[in-house]
Amino acid sequence: MKKVKVLILRAAGTNCDYETQFAFELCGAVVDRVHINSLLAGRKDKIFEYDILALPGGFSYGDDIASGRVLANEIKNKLSDRIRKFVLRGNPVIGICNGFQVLVKMGLLPDPELFEQIATLSYNSSNKFECRWVYLKIEKKIKNESNCIWTKNLPNVINLPVAHGEGKFITKNQKILKSLNRNNQIVFRYSTKDGNKPAYPLCPNGSIQQIAGICNIKGNVFGLMPHPERYIFALQHPARECCADKKYGWGKIIFQNAVDFVE
Amino acid sequence: MISTNDCKVIKIFNLSDDQLVELSKNNALYLSLVEMQAIQCYFKKLKRDPTDVEIETIAQTWSEHCKHKTLTGPVDYTEISPVLSYKNSGVKKDSNSSHITYTTVKKRYDNLLKETIFKATVELNKKWCLSVFNDNAGIIDFDSKNGVAFKVETHNHPSALEPYGGAATGMGGVIRDILGVGLGAKPLANTDVFCFGNPTTKISKIPAGIHHPKRIMSGVVSGVRDYGNRMGIPTVNGAVYFDDGYMANPLVFCGTMGIIPKNKIAKKVVSGDFILVVGGKTGRDGIHGATFSSARLESKSDVNAVQIGNPIIEKKVLDAMLKARDLNLYRGVTDCGAGGLSSAIGELGEKTGAIVYLDKVPLKYDGLHPWEIWVSEAQERMVFAVPPENKEKIIEIFKKEDVEAVVVGKFTNDEKLTIMYNDNVVVNIDMSFLHNGVPRPIRCAVYKIREEKVQKPIKMGSSEILKVLKASLSDLNVCSREWIIRQYDHEVQGQTIVKPLHGNGIEVSGPGDAAIIFPYTVVKGTKKGIVLANGLNPQYGKVNTYKMAASAIEESLRNAVSVGADIEKISILDNFCWGNPNNPEILGSLVRAAKACYDMSKAFGVPFISGKDSLHNEYSMKGKKYSIPPVLMISAMGIIKNVENTVTMPLKAEGNKIFVLGVTRNELGGSVFTKIKNIKNGIIPDVYPKESKIIMKKIYHAISKKLIESCHDCCEGGIAVAISEMAFAANKGVKIDIDVIKTEKVDLLTAVEILFSESNGRFVVEVKPDNQAEFIEIFKGSIFSEVGYVMDEKRVIFESKKNGIYVQEKPEVLLNFWRSTLTGG
Repeated sequence: MKKVKVLILRAAGTNCDYETQFAFELCGAVVDRVHINSLLAGRKDKIFEYDILALPGGFSYGDDIASGRVLANEIKNKLSDRIRKFVLRGNPVIGICNGFQVLVKMGLLPDPELFEQIATLSYNSSNKFECRWVYLKIEKKIKNESNCIWTKNLPNVINLPVAHGEGKFITKNQKILKSLNRNNQIVFRYSTKDGNKPAYPLCPNGSIQQIAGICNIKGNVFGLMPHPERYIFALQHPARECCADKKYGWGKIIFQNAVDFVE
Repeated sequence: MISTNDCKVIKIFNLSDDQLVELSKNNALYLSLVEMQAIQCYFKKLKRDPTDVEIETIAQTWSEHCKHKTLTGPVDYTEISPVLSYKNSGVKKDSNSSHITYTTVKKRYDNLLKETIFKATVELNKKWCLSVFNDNAGIIDFDSKNGVAFKVETHNHPSALEPYGGAATGMGGVIRDILGVGLGAKPLANTDVFCFGNPTTKISKIPAGIHHPKRIMSGVVSGVRDYGNRMGIPTVNGAVYFDDGYMANPLVFCGTMGIIPKNKIAKKVVSGDFILVVGGKTGRDGIHGATFSSARLESKSDVNAVQIGNPIIEKKVLDAMLKARDLNLYRGVTDCGAGGLSSAIGELGEKTGAIVYLDKVPLKYDGLHPWEIWVSEAQERMVFAVPPENKEKIIEIFKKEDVEAVVVGKFTNDEKLTIMYNDNVVVNIDMSFLHNGVPRPIRCAVYKIREEKVQKPIKMGSSEILKVLKASLSDLNVCSREWIIRQYDHEVQGQTIVKPLHGNGIEVSGPGDAAIIFPYTVVKGTKKGIVLANGLNPQYGKVNTYKMAASAIEESLRNAVSVGADIEKISILDNFCWGNPNNPEILGSLVRAAKACYDMSKAFGVPFISGKDSLHNEYSMKGKKYSIPPVLMISAMGIIKNVENTVTMPLKAEGNKIFVLGVTRNELGGSVFTKIKNIKNGIIPDVYPKESKIIMKKIYHAISKKLIESCHDCCEGGIAVAISEMAFAANKGVKIDIDVIKTEKVDLLTAVEILFSESNGRFVVEVKPDNQAEFIEIFKGSIFSEVGYVMDEKRVIFESKKNGIYVQEKPEVLLNFWRSTLTGG
C-alpha cells in the first residue's frame, strides 16, 4: 500500500517539527519537513504530492507583530490558491499551537471557504507564558457524529500539555461563536478532571467558553493550542498515564486518526 | 603602520609605568601594569608601535573572561587551621575557644585548575569522557554513536545592568557554545540558576544606582524565557537562591546540553580554509564585554557593554548549520561569544594563523571603527572553517534559510594574525604572543579555617515545630519556583520525561530533584536518558568554602540519583562565582573550594568535564567595595540506561513504607532553621563520600529493580521539609516516627534537630510492603531505617513519643505555604 505522506511546513522560528514528524512516522506515515522558502521556490503544485499538512508549534518569525501573523500573511499571499484547494479537497490539516495561530490568522479556520480571519488567539488572561498540563473535554456531539476526523476514538476527557503566551481564543462576534457551537466545530474545551467548567489555571488562557481547539465544518482542518505530539508515549505524562494500550499516550491517537483517514 | 581616520597607532614605546596604567584604564582594557609592560616589550621587539586594533585584540584575548588567568595561574596558598579539630562530631565543644592555637600549611600551585579540578578528571580517567576542558563544552559518551555535551556559563555583570538583555544573551551565548562544540551539537535542554537579593526588600533600602531585586528577577526570568522558548529548547532544571549579598551583583548561570554524533567531535582547521562568518550582523553592542567582566560594578557602569539578542536569528543558524554539518561542509566551527570575532577567529586560527578583511564583515550600520568590528560582541554569530571547494554549497544552505554567510578571510600557515581594513594592515602580530604571551604573576592566597560551634540543644513544642515547618516551606530558598518554571516551555521537543515539577496527576505539584531528557526524536529506538541536576549552597560558604563546595557536589549527585541516575555514570561541571581574587583571603577561599572539588571528584568517582569561573563579582557603593558571598554552582549530567526505570518524588500509594537512608547529624549551621530562628551557631554540614556513595549505588540498584516508588533528597529544611514535599506533591497523608530516624549517636540530637538538620547524604524513599524485604536486603550494611508509612487519611504527622511531640497538618495547607511566597506580580 502507498504510504501516507505528510508535509510539515516550517519557517524561521518553527520549533516542534521534529517531535511532530516522529508522531506521524510512528503512525506509519512518511514525513517531509519542508521550509516555506523551498516550498515557494519549488514546483508550483508540490503541496499536492502530500496527503496531510501540519503546521507545528514554535515562534514563526519570532511571533513579531502578533503570534503567527507574519507566516499567516506569507502563506496567504504566496500560496493562497493552492492551500485553499488542498483544504477544500478534504485533506487533513492540523495546526498545533503556533500552527493554530497561523491557521486562524490566515482564515483557514474556522471557515476555509470564507478564508478570512474572523477569530483570533490573543494574550493569555494571566498575561504570561503558561507551560502546564490540562484536561480537555471532547465535545460529545463531535465525537458521536465524527465531525472532526482527528479526534475519533478518544474518551470524554484527556490530558495534554499546553505551552503558550497567546492562546486566548476569541471570535470576532457572538454570531460566529454561536455558529461554531451550532456546527459542532468546537473540538476541545479546557475542563476539570470530571469534565466540568474549570477556573485558572486549568483554563490556562481565558479562552471564551474554554475553547482549546476547533475544526472546520467538514472536520478535516483542526487547530488546537495543546500539544498532542508531546503525549505520544505514556512516559511523557507527568504521572505516566497511558491510553488504552500500555505504551502510548492520547496524543498518538490524534495523529493515527488522520493517517487512518487518508488510508 | 600609520594612523588613519579609522585606525590609530598608539605610541607606547616611551610610556612610563604610570602612563601604561593610565592607558589601560582610559581605554577600558582592564590590563595590569605587568601585562601592559609585556605588550610594550613585545612591540619594542617589533620596532614599532601597536595600533588600537592590536591593543584591543590583546586586551580581549588576555581578559580574565577568556583566559582565566587566576584559575590557571600560579598561587601561593597559606592555610591556617585551628589545632583543636571539631571534626567528625562537634559533640562536646562547649569549652571556651579563645585559647585555640593554629597551624599553618603552605602550598604553591603552578596552575590551580590543573592541580585540583582537572587533575581529578585526569586521575579518574573515565573511558566515557570524550572531550574535557578543551572545547566549548565537555562531552561524554551517550551510546555507541553519540555523545552528549554540556556547558554552563555565567552572565552576571550584564544582568546587573540590563536584566532582560543580559539574561537573554546569557542564554543565547551558552546555546552557541553547544552549537560550537566539536562540529556542532543539537541542543536538547537548558538549565538556569540565579542568585538574587531579597525581592521583598523595601525600595527605600535599595542603594542608589542599582535595580530592585524584584526588577532584576523579573527581567532575568523574562530574558531566559524569551530566548529559550523561541529557540525551542526546553528549560528543564535550575535553582534560585536569595541572599542580600547578591543585591547589587546578581548571578545568572545559564546551561545548555546537546547531543552530537561521535564522528563530529573533532575540529581540524587547515591552512587555506575560508573563514566564514554566519548569522547576525555586527554592531556596536557588547563592546568590551569580555574585558568588562574583570571590572567592578559601579553605579556608572557602561550599559553599552551589554549585548542585544535576537533568538530567531540564532534558531535559523541552528537549523541550517546542522544540515551543513551532516553534509560535512566545514572542518571547524566556534561561536562568537565574549571578545566577538577576535576571540573566535583567534581561537580557530591559533595553530595556523589567519588573515581577515574587516571591511567584509556585514554591519548593522556604518561608522564602526575597525577595532569595534573586531571585538564587538554582537550576538548570534558563528565562525566556520570551510574548505574552498565547499564555499558555494555551504553559503547556499544558509541562504535558503535566510541566514547571512560571508567569507571574511582565510586561515594561513604563517602563525600570525593579520587584519586588513580598506587595504591597510591594521593588525600583524604573532599568534604565539597573543595566546601565550600573557605574564603569569604569582598570586597570594590565605584561608583561615573558622572554628564552628554546636548550637545549644534546641527544644520545642509541637505547635512551635509546625510553625517552623510552615516558615521553612515558605522560606525564599525553599518555596515553590512554579511562577518561574511555568513561564519556560520545559516540554518543547517532547523529550522531558521527568519534569521540573512532579505530581501524581497533572494538578498537584512538588519540587523535582532533577530532570530527565529522553532523546527519542534524535536517537531513534533508544531507551537511554540524560539526567540534569544542580547543587549550590552559598550560605555554607560564608563559614567554610570547602564544605560549601563539597555539599554542592554531593547535592547535585543526590538530586541526579533521586530520579534514577547511576552514580558511576555522572559527570559534573563547576561554576565559580567569586569576589575580587586580588584579595588574598578571597582567593584563599577559592583555593579551599577547589581542593574540595578535587577531593570529592576523586572520592565519588565523578569527573569534572567543563567549567567556568566568573571572578571580580564585586561592586562599590559610596566608595566602599563589597564582594559577593562566593558560590560554587555544580551542574551534574548523568546517563540513564533505561528511562522506564526512573522515579519522581510524590508519594504514590497508601500503605507504602517510608525509609530514611543515611545518617542525620547535628548539622544545623547555615540551615534554613537557624536562619528562621536567628541562631548564630551550628556545624556546617560535612560530606562523607564513602558512606554516601554506597547509598547512591544501592539506590540505583533498587530503582533498576523497581523496588522504589518515590525518592527525594534531603537538603534545605531537612527531613521535615523533604517528607512534607513528598506528601503535598501527591496530596497524601504520611505518618513519621521521629524517634526511629538514625542519628550518629543515640540521644545526641533533639527531635527538632533531627527534623531540621541539613546533613548531606540522606534520602527519603517510599517502598511497597511487598518489596520491603528485598529492599532491606540491598541496603544491609548502610545506615537507614523505616520511619513511617503513607496514610489513607490526608494528614502529615511527625511524632516523637519520647518527647511528647505530635505535629500534624493537612498536606494541602503545607502546599499552600510552599506555594504562596514567590508569585511574580
